[in-house]
Amino acid sequence: MTAKLRAPGWYRATLFVLLGLGFCFGLTTLLRALYDFKPLVDGEAITTVSLIGVPLFFLVGLGAFDYWFYWAAGRASRPEDHSSHGAHSWKDYFRVNTDHKVIGIQYICNSFIFMFIGGLMAMVVRAELAQPGSQFLDGQDYNAFFSVHASLLIFLFIIPVFAGIANYVLPLMIGAPDMAFPRLNALSFWLLPIAGVMMLASFLAPGGAFASGWTAYAPLSTTQPLGQIFFTVAVQFAGASSIATALNFLVTIITMRAPGMSFWRMPLLVWANFSTSLLVVIATPFIAASQFFVLLDRALAFNFFNSTIGNGIDGNVLMYQHVFWFYSHPAVYIMMLPGFGIISEIISVKARKPIFGYRMMAFSLLAIVMLGFTVWAHHMFVSGMQSWIRIPMMITTAIIAVPTGIKIFSWLATLWRGVLHMDTPLLFALGFLTMFTLGGISGVMLAMVPLDIHVSDTYFIVAHIHYVLFGGSLFTIFAGIYYWFPKMTGRMYDETLGRVHFWATFVFFNLTFAPMHVIGIQGMPRRVSDYAQQFAGWNLAISIASFFLGLSSLIFLYNMVASWRGGPRAAANPYRALTLEWQVSSPPPIFNFDSIPTVVGGPYEYGVPGAVHGIFQSPAEAVPAAAGASTERARE
Amino acid sequence: MRSNRLLWQMIAVGAVATAAGIGLGLLIDWFPVAASTQAGPIDTLYDVLVAVSVPFFVLVVVVVLFSAWKFRMRPGQENEDGPPIHGNTRLEVVWTAIPALILVALCSYAWAVLNDVERSKADSLAIGVYGQQFAWTYRYTGPDGKAFSVNQLYLPCTPTGGSTATGAPCRGRPIRFSIRAVDVIHSFWVPAFRMKQDAVPGIVTTQRIQPTRLGSYPVVCTELCGVGHATMRSTVHVIPPAAFDAWLARKGQGAVPGAGSTTAHAPGGTA
Repeated sequence: MTAKLRAPGWYRATLFVLLGLGFCFGLTTLLRALYDFKPLVDGEAITTVSLIGVPLFFLVGLGAFDYWFYWAAGRASRPEDHSSHGAHSWKDYFRVNTDHKVIGIQYICNSFIFMFIGGLMAMVVRAELAQPGSQFLDGQDYNAFFSVHASLLIFLFIIPVFAGIANYVLPLMIGAPDMAFPRLNALSFWLLPIAGVMMLASFLAPGGAFASGWTAYAPLSTTQPLGQIFFTVAVQFAGASSIATALNFLVTIITMRAPGMSFWRMPLLVWANFSTSLLVVIATPFIAASQFFVLLDRALAFNFFNSTIGNGIDGNVLMYQHVFWFYSHPAVYIMMLPGFGIISEIISVKARKPIFGYRMMAFSLLAIVMLGFTVWAHHMFVSGMQSWIRIPMMITTAIIAVPTGIKIFSWLATLWRGVLHMDTPLLFALGFLTMFTLGGISGVMLAMVPLDIHVSDTYFIVAHIHYVLFGGSLFTIFAGIYYWFPKMTGRMYDETLGRVHFWATFVFFNLTFAPMHVIGIQGMPRRVSDYAQQFAGWNLAISIASFFLGLSSLIFLYNMVASWRGGPRAAANPYRALTLEWQVSSPPPIFNFDSIPTVVGGPYEYGVPGAVHGIFQSPAEAVPAAAGASTERARE
Repeated sequence: MRSNRLLWQMIAVGAVATAAGIGLGLLIDWFPVAASTQAGPIDTLYDVLVAVSVPFFVLVVVVVLFSAWKFRMRPGQENEDGPPIHGNTRLEVVWTAIPALILVALCSYAWAVLNDVERSKADSLAIGVYGQQFAWTYRYTGPDGKAFSVNQLYLPCTPTGGSTATGAPCRGRPIRFSIRAVDVIHSFWVPAFRMKQDAVPGIVTTQRIQPTRLGSYPVVCTELCGVGHATMRSTVHVIPPAAFDAWLARKGQGAVPGAGSTTAHAPGGTA
């Protein structure tokens, strides 16, 4: 038993959680005693400190820091120690693992668990909205359900599931044996379940779960019950995870590409994650800051946002929104660019054609990164900020549609005259193309200040964001999961079920979210548990459609579980794809490549006779062969 | 020349779909009743945006559907590839430049509309709006110069057609709302007027409207403000000037002739 408690793992983690609770209790009570605060033992204070402290104890107990402590203590280094690398049984997925493929699976499964929880919450919200009036949730509970729904699906599903897919695929695509910092990678993953469990645990807090929306606008958030702190702190953990992963991707992409893999030979998924990581590294500290402000205001009465007229306290309420949206607008692109990468891979392989305008596809990603930082205040057109700033923000917001449009048109041109393999990944990709276009169009409408003044904070916004995040991001996620399922599991998914899943999702998605445009313009505000009688018919229809949309995800769940357990064995390269991840076995060997590949051409040279992207020879041997397969793009 | 015929087919289908889409977009009665001078330009802007958007959406859908129809893999093509087309600079310049020009034009138009709807006008009636969890309060200055507060909003508007019935056209005095928040952020919105403005603790925000239609319209809070946010509603009554002056002299006490009820828009479940 003692040995188990000393070795990294769940026993030691449990012990450390108890130690952490004791430490946080002691620290809080000691400080309160020193300040002579009454009462000495205060549940809220202890909870706040524990939310920050206990997860760190948990991570130490689980073993996320073991090697670093060992190294810091100056003991003999053990550079070839791969004891924590790879999975030999299912148990290896439940420990600190440094294999990017294991971490990728951990990310994806963890994210989908929270997708189903967040989706169930949407079902509860729609059940309440099926009729006007209050049925089974009071105002605070209703506010809590949609707040946790949005927070889970943004911070615990869309952002990390993209990191998970890229974690698995990206090192393989660039011909690397692993990520640049495998232990940091493991730590990044284990921060996520902590954030998710914390958000869910807020339902147990006195006063209920956090209920100020995922935006947590001050001063509402600073005056909410204790549950708010669970959000405030959970976002710090999710954000730290994002930042660490993004740094890891950047270093991996910059330093670990296989010989011959120039930036202009990188698959667009790699470009997309390079761009996303730039966004994450620059923007995410801002949401951390905004939530620290709330934490300090609420827990320690810092009065950043306390500015009620006449009380002599000069807080600045609008400052919260500026800091928050400086992250949260780029976050929309953090939730979209990796999906763009997935779609580029799938459309090129499934249409059997090179990506149309490869360099413009890469440049448009970088343009979105740049412009993405200049549009945040379009969320604040009616907020009472300086009115002049609305005009430049309107123009940049409209202009960001240009690089996005370039991508859409280039995908269409890639499809044109191809040989389209109309299977599930491509169906989701085509569904994405059409639905995301709609989301983009309503986005341009919202950029127009006078119209935004009318529809801001109405169901029109709810419709827009779901067309972008569901019709956009989630469709790309489904496409990517189906596409790489054989590579990740070594099994094929069920094609028929995949198609049924697509059509059910596509139809009920539109039935659910399209009518929201109408009721929004008609005057239904968002985030309300009760609404005017005139909207009753539409809302009932939306709720019914949404329940079917929820059910359609069960087809996906069944397909994934059943195919993983007993699907037919997948070939190494079932799609005749050129990119490197398909040139190794399914699933790949434990260190990815038996010999490091050499890249001799572009990633999408379909239809070019004899074209290869990578060969498994050393660079010296490869040079003569490479001459004929230059990647310089041949313009037609 | 299979490719050319296909293009013409697509253009034909696309043109029909675009016409149908724009027609449908303009036929649908999107907006609630218009009761201010601000409503007209904003509703027109929306119609223009719909008309400009439909061709882009149709373009994407038509190309996707035609590709799925014409270029899907047939039996026997399992090992075939498409032609290795890597790009076309002219095409790429076109689809960068044209959307950019359209967007700049739309922004210029929207800017003009914004200046139009927010223009400050002489002889405005100043009314204070206070948002607090979970009710709206309106502050008027009475004829005696003393302020009083009420929880229903009344605005004067001179009938232009002789009728003083609900829905009759009128020409209202320009109104300037000075909006304040007592506790957390709220947002003051009258859908019939189209204008919305947050009420923010610590600052005073402004909203200008000019009524054009007699009747009663819902006032909605659109910024999440806590447990009672969904029911934070009120009513604005646009009434003839005589009735308004009498109401003002009574400091908001007593019944107001001509101020209809809002049963049609009444929030459900709150009575």
